[in-house]
Amino acid sequence: MTTLSIDNVTLTFGGLNALSDVNMTLEPGLITSIIGPNGAGKTSILNCISGFYHPTTGEIRYGDNRLTHASPHQVTKLGIARAFQNLELFSGLSVLDNLMLARHTNLKYNFFQAMIYVGKASQIEAENRAYVEDVIDFMELEPYRKSTVGNLAYGNQKRVEVARALTLDPRLLLLDEPMAGMNIEEKEDIVRFVMEIKKERNTTIILVEHDLGVVMDISDQIYVLDFGEVIGSGTPEEVASNAKVIEAYIGED
Amino acid sequence: MNTKNMEHLKSLTIPQLLRWRVNSTGGKVALREKDFGCWNNYTWNQYYDFVRKVSLGLSQIGFNKGDVIALIGDNIPEMLFVALGAQALGGISAGIYQTTMPDEIAQLLKYLKATVVFCNDQEQVDKIVEVRDRVPLVKKVIYENPRGMRDYKTDDWFMFIENVYEIGEKVHSENPDLFESSVDSGKPDDACHLCLTSGTTGLPKGTILTHKNYISMGLQITQVDSLEPTDEYVSFLPFAWIGEQMNSFGVAMATGITINFPESVETAMEDLKEIGPHFMFGAPRIYETIRSQIWLKIDESYWLNRKLYNYFIKIGEKAATYRMIGQRMPLGLRFKSWLGYQIIFRPLINQIGFLRLRRAYTGGAALGPELFTFYQAIGVNLKQIYGQTEIVGIAYMHRDGDVRPDTVGKPLPETQCKISDTGEILSKSPCVTPGYFEMPEKTEALLEGGWLHSGDAGYIDEDGHLIVIDRLSDVMHNKAGEMFSPMFLENKLKFSPYIKEAVIFGDKRDFVAALINIDPIVVGKWAEDRGISYTTFMGLSAKPEVAQLVNEQVAEINSRAEKEHFRIKRFAVLYKLLDMDDGELTKTGKIRRKFVKEKYEDLYQALYEEGLSEKEVEAFFQYQDGQSTTVKTKICFYTMEGF
Repeated sequence: MTTLSIDNVTLTFGGLNALSDVNMTLEPGLITSIIGPNGAGKTSILNCISGFYHPTTGEIRYGDNRLTHASPHQVTKLGIARAFQNLELFSGLSVLDNLMLARHTNLKYNFFQAMIYVGKASQIEAENRAYVEDVIDFMELEPYRKSTVGNLAYGNQKRVEVARALTLDPRLLLLDEPMAGMNIEEKEDIVRFVMEIKKERNTTIILVEHDLGVVMDISDQIYVLDFGEVIGSGTPEEVASNAKVIEAYIGED
Repeated sequence: MNTKNMEHLKSLTIPQLLRWRVNSTGGKVALREKDFGCWNNYTWNQYYDFVRKVSLGLSQIGFNKGDVIALIGDNIPEMLFVALGAQALGGISAGIYQTTMPDEIAQLLKYLKATVVFCNDQEQVDKIVEVRDRVPLVKKVIYENPRGMRDYKTDDWFMFIENVYEIGEKVHSENPDLFESSVDSGKPDDACHLCLTSGTTGLPKGTILTHKNYISMGLQITQVDSLEPTDEYVSFLPFAWIGEQMNSFGVAMATGITINFPESVETAMEDLKEIGPHFMFGAPRIYETIRSQIWLKIDESYWLNRKLYNYFIKIGEKAATYRMIGQRMPLGLRFKSWLGYQIIFRPLINQIGFLRLRRAYTGGAALGPELFTFYQAIGVNLKQIYGQTEIVGIAYMHRDGDVRPDTVGKPLPETQCKISDTGEILSKSPCVTPGYFEMPEKTEALLEGGWLHSGDAGYIDEDGHLIVIDRLSDVMHNKAGEMFSPMFLENKLKFSPYIKEAVIFGDKRDFVAALINIDPIVVGKWAEDRGISYTTFMGLSAKPEVAQLVNEQVAEINSRAEKEHFRIKRFAVLYKLLDMDDGELTKTGKIRRKFVKEKYEDLYQALYEEGLSEKEVEAFFQYQDGQSTTVKTKICFYTMEGF
């Protein structure tokens, strides 16, 4: 099991500090939530971990690997997958095709083998399909397997987005507001899935989420950001009684 | 298939019948289940092996002859393995609907004296856990899907089915004759299953059914409509319903057909398309839904399709009237109906998965006559069956070429029918139950005089067809003492594509009134097409345009009313769909009339306050997770013209 550590990370865009001197340690096998007001830098952290941004200063390490200057595909190969806040799916393709595409990092055959499509290529494709079917079963997407993603209800598209991340068999899963825009029932479904991903698949989860009720319920550990700084951290109980956090959320007296 | 040679099967028990089947077509596919996107086969040999493993496994956890095992869950092959495994020991299986709430499950388990419970997944296991302290008799809870069961692993009250198999296998290797001898010791008149009646009133009753009841049923049906071992059947009805067990226990083993299990409840209709079954059973609701979908799809299709459909459906309906009574059509009509079938209806029914369907049966509740004509017109041989749980589901059935929408057909072979002095339908056959589980008084009333009392009012016409009017207890009389059947009128309303459900009132009243549920999909589409905006079902129901639409439907039905007093005078559009979870419908989709009337007492009173056109009411909603809210809403009442 691998620990993700973020040490003194600062991210600046021109003169603006999106993140300043952020330190986090994410223990394996836990659900760690990052909360904070809009623009606090939550998504920036995820972007730094997944290699879309590179910290201006500081270091991000995943076990023995440095992620500080890694590109997104290198990060993916380390077993870190991400479900995006705004759906990043091919809306014209079926659910199945979207998920199969996400397995592309596992396509260990070359162009010519793919042309002939016997032996290795077809065997690898079959393995990928089996894995994808396992994820479809896990995320209860059977009824939509062959539906075009663009035609699905928003809540189901979100579920496909999470499934797409899961098809990479991640050790660390980054979930960026998986419950935004959902009704209560859909939220409960996603919460159940997140809990099961942690338990059944032994996956470490970083959750960025606005719904505080959900966050307090399911997190093992919480970091609170405000204006790019960590203003509080700890278990849900500790965070809930942290004066700075209360101030950031409710305002001063 | 020659059914004459199958008489000897009646002296077998269901596990013995399975063994007979294994000896005749052991290598053929018996069960097929879709899982992870693939159809997986189980041959009869494998089926028998699993039954043996479960049976010996159960015997080791203290399940004995005469004990009851409750089965709760979606339809999966393991459900049959467990049921037959228990029956091979002389035990009794009992199905509980998977939508049953924990509290009711506790009552049922207590009543059935179940000692072992089989659940398919965590959802069902959690319900048992919730009432664990109320079911002290339950020794073990066996589950099939290990997902989410991590926290239960340390508790030996729970058992994974694979472990049952393992134990059974071990016992078998130590004592290879044990299973065969326990199968041999079964008697055809032993009880094998407790089937819960739908419980229109109070807690369901457990109907005791014997091996002989089920096997006789399987043989009787196949004498009328023969089945081939290559035929396919899709198992999508709830297992707890008699219609499903009738097939999996009786018909399938007697004929060797293959039972296909859908991937999940939600995918059943998709999976049906992939299988293309040769026969199917369903409650009227299923056929109503499919027809609505066809209408919707045709409506959305391009103009040529619509034109062809609209032209040929009329031809088809005309042809259907000939086909249903088995008469030859005039040549011109025969050609046109053939043409219509080839260019529009054949592709259409292929889209729903009905192309190979030789026969579709509907039962459980009455179906509007127009639906028969519709299905017969598009080339689907839809027939009515009638019976009760107490007679293994079917006692009367339409014969091919003798389908009359107003009747339920003729008795099956070996079935006798009689109408009592009070107009009640009585039946007698080898399928009739020995009685209710631990309810001697109710049993006596049920089987009084050696006849099965159906509780339905009906009569036999000159052609020997049985006509069912309604529940004896449901037939109503208006203030003037004229009789009418609310169900009959409700079905007429429900034939309109825009109306999903209707509840008719009028007992001891001056006139007939109705509460109406619109069909959210069809009316939703209708509203969209007309630029009427809405957000929720409640909002849509309250639209004056929708009320106008419903008004037209009611006026249409009134204009065709057989008798003056059948006409509906006032109606209101209900703001929520009637639902099983709220207790408004039974698990098989019948209306709990009394309950509905009490729940919507406000509306009922207002329907009979003739001057009133709108009223403020409080709508109460209970969500699945137990939360509830109350919303204030305005309901409008409409009086029909011409009274």
